[in-house]
Amino acid sequence: MNKARNTPNGKQEKPKDIKYVLRRLWNYMCYFKGQLIICIILTILSNVFALIGPRLSGLAIDAIELGKGKVNFQLVFKYAILMVIFYVLSSVFSYILSLLMLKVSKKIIFKLRNDAFNRILSLPISYFDTNKTGDIISKMNYDIDTINTSLSTDLIQICTSVITVIGSLIMMIIISPILVCVFVITIPISLLFTRFMIKKTHKLFRKRSSTLGDLNAFSEEMITGMKTIKAYDREEIILDRFDKNNEIATQAAYQAEYYGSITGPGVNFVNNLSLSLICILGAILSVKTSFSLGKISSFVLYSRKFSGPINEVANIFTDLQSSLAAAERVFGLIDAHEELADKYDAKELEDVLGNVEFKKVFFGYEENKMILKDINFKADKGKIIAIVGPTGSGKTTIVNLLMRFYDINQGNIYVDNNDIRDLKRKSLRKAYAMVLQDTWLFEGTVFENLAYGKSDATMEDVINAAKASRIHSFITKLPNGYDTVLSEGGINISKGQKQLLTIARTMLLDSHMLILDEATSNVDTRTEIYIQEAMKELMKNKTCFIIAHRLSTIQNADLILVIKDGKIVEQGNHQELLEKKGFYSNLYNAQFD
Amino acid sequence: MRKIFSYLKKYRLRMSFGLVIKIIGTVMDLAIPWLLSYIIDEIVPLGDVQRIILIGLLMILFSFVGLFGSVIANQMASKVAKLFTTDLRHDVFKKIESLSSRQTDEVTIPSLVSRMSSDTYNVHSMIGMMQRIGVRAPILLIGGIIVTLTLDPILTLVLLTVLPLVIIVTYIISKISIPLFTKVQQSIDDFVRVIRENIAGMRVIKALSKEEYEKNRFHKVSKELIDYELSSQKVMIQLNPIINLLLNIGMVGVIVVGAYRVNGGDILSGKVLAFTTYFTIILNAMLSITRIFVTFSKAAASGNRIAYILDLPQDLVPVDNLKEDHSDNYIVFDHVYFSYEKKEYNIEDLSFSLKRGESLGIIGATGSGKTTIINLLMRFYDIDRGNIYLDGKNIKEYDLQELRGKFGTVFQNDAIFSTDIYDNINFNRNLSDSDIDKATKAAQIYDFIDGLEKKYDTPISERGTNLSGGQRQRMLVARALANNPEILVLDDAASALDYKTEANLRKNLKENYSSSTTFIITQRVSSIMNCDKIIVIDDGKVKGYGSHKELLEKVKLYQEIYQLQMGGGLNE
Repeated sequence: MNKARNTPNGKQEKPKDIKYVLRRLWNYMCYFKGQLIICIILTILSNVFALIGPRLSGLAIDAIELGKGKVNFQLVFKYAILMVIFYVLSSVFSYILSLLMLKVSKKIIFKLRNDAFNRILSLPISYFDTNKTGDIISKMNYDIDTINTSLSTDLIQICTSVITVIGSLIMMIIISPILVCVFVITIPISLLFTRFMIKKTHKLFRKRSSTLGDLNAFSEEMITGMKTIKAYDREEIILDRFDKNNEIATQAAYQAEYYGSITGPGVNFVNNLSLSLICILGAILSVKTSFSLGKISSFVLYSRKFSGPINEVANIFTDLQSSLAAAERVFGLIDAHEELADKYDAKELEDVLGNVEFKKVFFGYEENKMILKDINFKADKGKIIAIVGPTGSGKTTIVNLLMRFYDINQGNIYVDNNDIRDLKRKSLRKAYAMVLQDTWLFEGTVFENLAYGKSDATMEDVINAAKASRIHSFITKLPNGYDTVLSEGGINISKGQKQLLTIARTMLLDSHMLILDEATSNVDTRTEIYIQEAMKELMKNKTCFIIAHRLSTIQNADLILVIKDGKIVEQGNHQELLEKKGFYSNLYNAQFD
Repeated sequence: MRKIFSYLKKYRLRMSFGLVIKIIGTVMDLAIPWLLSYIIDEIVPLGDVQRIILIGLLMILFSFVGLFGSVIANQMASKVAKLFTTDLRHDVFKKIESLSSRQTDEVTIPSLVSRMSSDTYNVHSMIGMMQRIGVRAPILLIGGIIVTLTLDPILTLVLLTVLPLVIIVTYIISKISIPLFTKVQQSIDDFVRVIRENIAGMRVIKALSKEEYEKNRFHKVSKELIDYELSSQKVMIQLNPIINLLLNIGMVGVIVVGAYRVNGGDILSGKVLAFTTYFTIILNAMLSITRIFVTFSKAAASGNRIAYILDLPQDLVPVDNLKEDHSDNYIVFDHVYFSYEKKEYNIEDLSFSLKRGESLGIIGATGSGKTTIINLLMRFYDIDRGNIYLDGKNIKEYDLQELRGKFGTVFQNDAIFSTDIYDNINFNRNLSDSDIDKATKAAQIYDFIDGLEKKYDTPISERGTNLSGGQRQRMLVARALANNPEILVLDDAASALDYKTEANLRKNLKENYSSSTTFIITQRVSSIMNCDKIIVIDDGKVKGYGSHKELLEKVKLYQEIYQLQMGGGLNE
């Protein structure tokens, strides 16, 4: 059966090992291989220039060294001018390098963000049942931002460091292999220490990211529900709960940052230690043997050059740790199971007639809890099918299955004699128009919202649909009419008006099947009567699935399915069902009590 | 930004302690190379192995002190950052809770969310970093300058002539970049908004196969964000090379001037050499300081966005000494006018009164202003003209908590939280189990809950997506009833319920919650015909007020609605 459902929704964010995350990041960087190589070349160049500077200043000082009255000004000026030239060049190179690196890292981030978003769009609906909006946003927003920061600065640093370390190590070996032995002792200490810290902090940084995600999910949910919280005067208790989440998040941040910040001083300590040892050993060597003073001092200079970057790298590792933890979460999102791909030989659903059949359909959102049991019915083209039943009996679930938001566990659903699993999802969904209980509008103009389902709709089409849905006069009263931007909290718009807008949106669609899930539950009766004509027009020649509890709306249905506890308990038309004096007639008569 | 920094005041002591330790640690770091040159320059020529080892051990000791100093100081820095952020987030969240609906409308919810999360995060990063690098770098800078001063004041002056330039450049660049970073944060608002919208509208998007369209929409905001990020950081990356160049040129100046001074016999050439060594320390310190500036600029933009929220004036404060109402009515609306946009009135000249325990039905077309009446009664918005009295007192005199504490409400888009059923009904009010059972029974959700495996502990997903529409509404009704509210508001609370369930609900309310003054907002006549009073509202104006019977006789609009809905099973 369906694997995407069996290993459900994003909960599969098991800790991934660092190597995997690194490999994924590496893959992203590989998209910009060329530019990265240029960056590395530039890094080498600018470092070489930076190394030439001190050499020139040394030469200039040599020219001064001759002492009082003997300074060779010609040479001094020559080198001074050369130095200015090289420093200008070095600055220009490093600017170009930073700019290029910035651009590359932004491209990588841009790609990451878009990939993550595209994945969100292709996730199964069930993913959003278990993953909170705030946490997803947290991943999209600054988990990616954390990666961004370390990509744009740390990469250059690492390159620079590696070059300097290798260079100075070579120089040191040339000067004195014996003294290098000191590093044989201290470098392993450094390495072990860094390794230990990486292991230790990786967990901590992961915790930091995830607790921050939790905190943001909490804030998102509570700020969105603020009106309810205020109405119930729950501000203080919610604040307490916020504080608890906040404490957990800041504590996790504190621990990660604290342990992270030990790495720097720790490595610095090891460096100081090796410096001291070199000094002692070198000094003794120099006293006992013919080891020259000049050699010690230049060895020390190089060893400082050598340990500087190592220190820096340790700091960068802290950064890297936090971005690896962030990357792990981001890839958790990007790697979440998509909706099961269409079969390779999936057909386009074309020239839709609108014959729908459910055959022995079983379905549950959870594997062991069937919501729908053994559903069988046939909806012929152009007929009106009404689905009634108590709340929670599984009416909306049928809609979810028709649209293939979820895959069924057993049985078959056919459209025009095609099993819907053999069809391309998009073409199946396109065959339906639907108005749902939950109205959804996005921030955009009224026109954009209405024309959403039909990209080539003209203003005239939109106005006609709005008129038919009885929402035209409301729209014209808005500050900018059809160009008014609808935004969350911006304009006060009632749920009924939202429903009318979504009905208008649906009227513009050209499809052969229609789903109305409590489409007018928030519209007042008079308006409902007014739009009835338009609704009839909308329903004409379409296979219609209507879910409603106002039984008046469904009296004209060709087939009424009465659902209770996930089973069809009665089916037939209005008259037949009334005569049965069963569940339906009970429901129907209740409205006149 | 000052506002944000004032949060650090509390930790002055801790920070100055950390500072001292950090200084000690840094001085140790500076002392070690100094000891090193001392050994090489002074002791090795003497050949005194004992002293070499002695001072060598001193160096090792210093290394340890440096290690512990830095570790402790860093811990303190992280601790302060933690405490600071805890406080700041607490205050921001608290402030958001206290914003009036009008203020929330103005800032918009997505922007509040991103200020709460993304902006506080930026400030947090800055505070930690400022303490870690912010202390070390200036010490190294000042230490370096002091040492060079002792070497030769004139050469130091030459080097320092570039400092004003460095300061000016840093100032200009951060001046340019702060507004850009503000733009970045603003486009994060849009970025977050589109993601939220998409998650909320996933079904519609999939149903209409608008994935491509949404991808483009996201692509647009994502592109805008990346462009602003690029432009702000492009400015920032100029800083390093420019400062590097300026200081290096200063160094060349030192060499040239030094050449003259050596030639004139004022100094020895060794000093020029020593200068170059310390110059490296100064340069690195300067670069660290500019790095702080980059972080600071970014955080300043965020800090200002947070401060904006914190500085919003307290809206809807209680007012004293207003006129009282001396009738025996519990709730009185007295010629109330109100407008959301301060243009056309959304409520015009509304008057009605209710005695304790009475019920009011409000019926009217979509968008006619039904919910607005409740928004005004609960003081989510202040009215423009007229008065609203509750229990004889103008509602403006009440403490908001006290006022809203009297209500039990079900709104149209009421929030359902991703906890469990019990939490959603109890809503942290410490209600007794019997009250909750009574409420769930009255709301007819008791049997459903009882039939669940985990009963009240059954988890609920965000926005209640794992419940059906009717289950959600019944759970919300139970929430409203559970604390036996003085005033019960049911705003379209039965739209997803079938007639039978709704009729039972009405019956249960009458039997068990008769002492609550009740507001029922609806489209259905059947829901309110038994109310003591009914208001028929249309386009913000009252079209009729009275009992069902009176309205049927006098009010044409009401007759029409009644006919449509009840008239011989016609259409509805």
